Amino acid sequence: MSAETLSTFPMGGIHPKESKELTEKLTAEVVPTPSQIRLFLKQHVGAPCKPQVKKKDKVTEGDVVASVEKLGANLHSGVSGTVKGVVNALHPMVGNARALVIATDPEANPKTYSPVDWTKFSREELIAKIKDAGVVGLGGAGFPAGFKLDVRPDVKIDTLILNGAECEPYLTSDHRVMLEHPKDIIEGAKIMLKILGIDYCAIGIENNKPDAIQILNRAIAEDTLRNGYKIVVKPLKVRYPQGSADQIMQAVTGRARPSGVRSSVIGIILQNVYTTKAVYDAVALGKPLYERIVTITGKGIKRPANVMVKVGTSIAEIVDYLGGTTPDLAKVIVGGPMMGFAVSTLDIPITKTTSGVLFLTKDEINTEPHLPCVSCGFCVDVCPMGLEPNNVSRYVEAGRGADTEEFGVDDCFLCGSCAYVCPAKRPLVQFMTMAKNSIRESKKK
Amino acid sequence: MTGTQAEATTVEEAGKALPPKLFVSISPHFKATETVSKIMWTVVACLIPPLVLSVFVFGFQTLIIALVSVVSCVATEAISNRCLKRPVGTIKDGSAVITGLLLAYIIPPGVPYWMPILGGVMAIYVTKVLMGGIGYNMFNPALIGRAFLVATYPVAMTSAWLPPIRDAAVFKYMGAGVDAVSTATPLYILKHYGIAEVIERFGSLSVIYRDFFFGWRPGCIAETSALVLIIGGLYLIYKKYITWHTPVSVIASVAFFTWIFGGEKFFTGNPLLAVLSGGVIIGAFFMATDYVTSPTQVTGKLIFGAGIGALTVLIRLKGGYPEGVCYAILLMNPLTPALDRWFKPKRFAPQPEEGA
Repeated sequence: MSAETLSTFPMGGIHPKESKELTEKLTAEVVPTPSQIRLFLKQHVGAPCKPQVKKKDKVTEGDVVASVEKLGANLHSGVSGTVKGVVNALHPMVGNARALVIATDPEANPKTYSPVDWTKFSREELIAKIKDAGVVGLGGAGFPAGFKLDVRPDVKIDTLILNGAECEPYLTSDHRVMLEHPKDIIEGAKIMLKILGIDYCAIGIENNKPDAIQILNRAIAEDTLRNGYKIVVKPLKVRYPQGSADQIMQAVTGRARPSGVRSSVIGIILQNVYTTKAVYDAVALGKPLYERIVTITGKGIKRPANVMVKVGTSIAEIVDYLGGTTPDLAKVIVGGPMMGFAVSTLDIPITKTTSGVLFLTKDEINTEPHLPCVSCGFCVDVCPMGLEPNNVSRYVEAGRGADTEEFGVDDCFLCGSCAYVCPAKRPLVQFMTMAKNSIRESKKK
Repeated sequence: MTGTQAEATTVEEAGKALPPKLFVSISPHFKATETVSKIMWTVVACLIPPLVLSVFVFGFQTLIIALVSVVSCVATEAISNRCLKRPVGTIKDGSAVITGLLLAYIIPPGVPYWMPILGGVMAIYVTKVLMGGIGYNMFNPALIGRAFLVATYPVAMTSAWLPPIRDAAVFKYMGAGVDAVSTATPLYILKHYGIAEVIERFGSLSVIYRDFFFGWRPGCIAETSALVLIIGGLYLIYKKYITWHTPVSVIASVAFFTWIFGGEKFFTGNPLLAVLSGGVIIGAFFMATDYVTSPTQVTGKLIFGAGIGALTVLIRLKGGYPEGVCYAILLMNPLTPALDRWFKPKRFAPQPEEGA
């Protein structure tokens, strides 16, 4: 694969140390079922779920335990056991949040699923199955997949993109899914193509995963029931944030999404490769989304691994299973190092969108105070959206966050490239977030 | 039974082994290794070779002048920050050292040793600290320091030039009075007597090019060797600390406008002589590229550099001074915010039409 053929986005970007070698070769191992799970009623974007079970109710693996009428997704129990009630638990992104507790019945046998021929289902049946199974985007934001695929008839879609870039350093869960379930991903793609009524799907994968590119290419070649669908793998340059929605859509199709509109406006539906596998599970196996692969990694953990865990398992239990943390552990991050959330305790349940937990040691974190902006312009050079984090940060420092709309603050998706390169170590993501909040507040008035 | 107990102890110990606190901060959680002070100290390193060379060209006193200048700049920052109750640790970032070196490099090598102290106070206290410290100054501190000295001590600042030493007698000028040895810079001779006189004094054009390129001519410390300065500047470009746009645009603009207006008739000026004389090279690579006082975007940098070149030639040909780089940069510095505002980066996302 020569470098010239690699697609990438047109501006900015960085190449931080990948650190994926810690876990990329490790097959996902199943962590023993925990004694209890805690399911956040609000797992991701959309409305929070309402519990459908009462205290002391018996549930079995795969049962719906909470659901939602509006934009959102059903919540299923990953274990068989007894409902203990609703408690407050620490959510990595929103702080304290309500979670449903289910105590596991240690005697229960794991549920098994067998595939059916999904081609007999209609478009509406397929969407209903995906919605029922609680499938959400597993790349990070967690947008309910059923709603995303249920495109209004007047919106013209011509391309489905599967996001296998996994550009965050350290994380390897998408990589493992591509290696371990390539056929499911191809079937999932075909299901979504059928729903969308189109025939073209491109899978974007960063070139640091040649094995995944090869395995998916082979799976496509070996697939004899193509139904006229054209599925191709697009190797992408290794460059952060290649896996961000706007960047991967541009890299694969050359189309840039205008500010403030949905990606369907430019004819593209984007799904993560892991979400695609979950779509297959939901439709062909009838298996709801209640477990996932999570990358547990970093120098701060004794044994880095990719683990298959039930949604709701506490990070602390996974850490115990992997032999504990190292003495110099200093920071725990839910998600990747560029966009993940630092947490203050290990007693945090895994959600549907937790792709990894990163354990950093004392000498890997930066606690130095930041300096004033020296106008080096490095942040402007690396911004993949062509924004000016330097100016936004100075406006915010001067108390004029509400005046920063002209800098395109709304386009910022907090990738952190600016703060990564800033030689003055300024918390530019924080300044961007503050600017966004100031703009929102000033508009309310 | 024993097994269970042992296990329990291990779990408890594991719990205790956890650090009492986990650090929490906003993303990203790891950062590039570049820091402001690392960049600044790299610039300092790139500025050392011209100083070493100047000892062999103008004598040992250049080292003393540079030392006095650096110490007074760093001391000014430390004392003024102390008095203003600001962190004194900022002196470690290296930016005051750069200011000190640059200031020493752009004053004549035959000035009294106390003179850089005044320049240093002006450069650091008035130009930088009073404006809010690093990142907030509108003008290049070293250049303001020099401009202040030129205004205050015009005689010393325009005549304390020394003829290059060609016999390695580096202590030659140490005790000698300035008057005894002072000479004129090539630019001064060019301005007042014309190119024929320059050739008369410094040899044929090819000798001049060679001597100016390698460092044998009267001038400031930084006016010795273009080669040494260019190597330092290219290293900064290689390290991606600066981009080529500003230096190339400054040099090209000086050459272009000198070619047009610098001769007796239009299009007969000598661009190479103009670029190799005076502070063009150090200005282009080390002063016009100062982060705080120059634009961040490519178009802005090109216009900024072109403006410096044009103003330099204008001052050299029509102004009262033979050299204009210092004032040209100082005149362009305050345009920086406007240039950044006019020439913004191209946005990734297509923007809605104006008024739509």
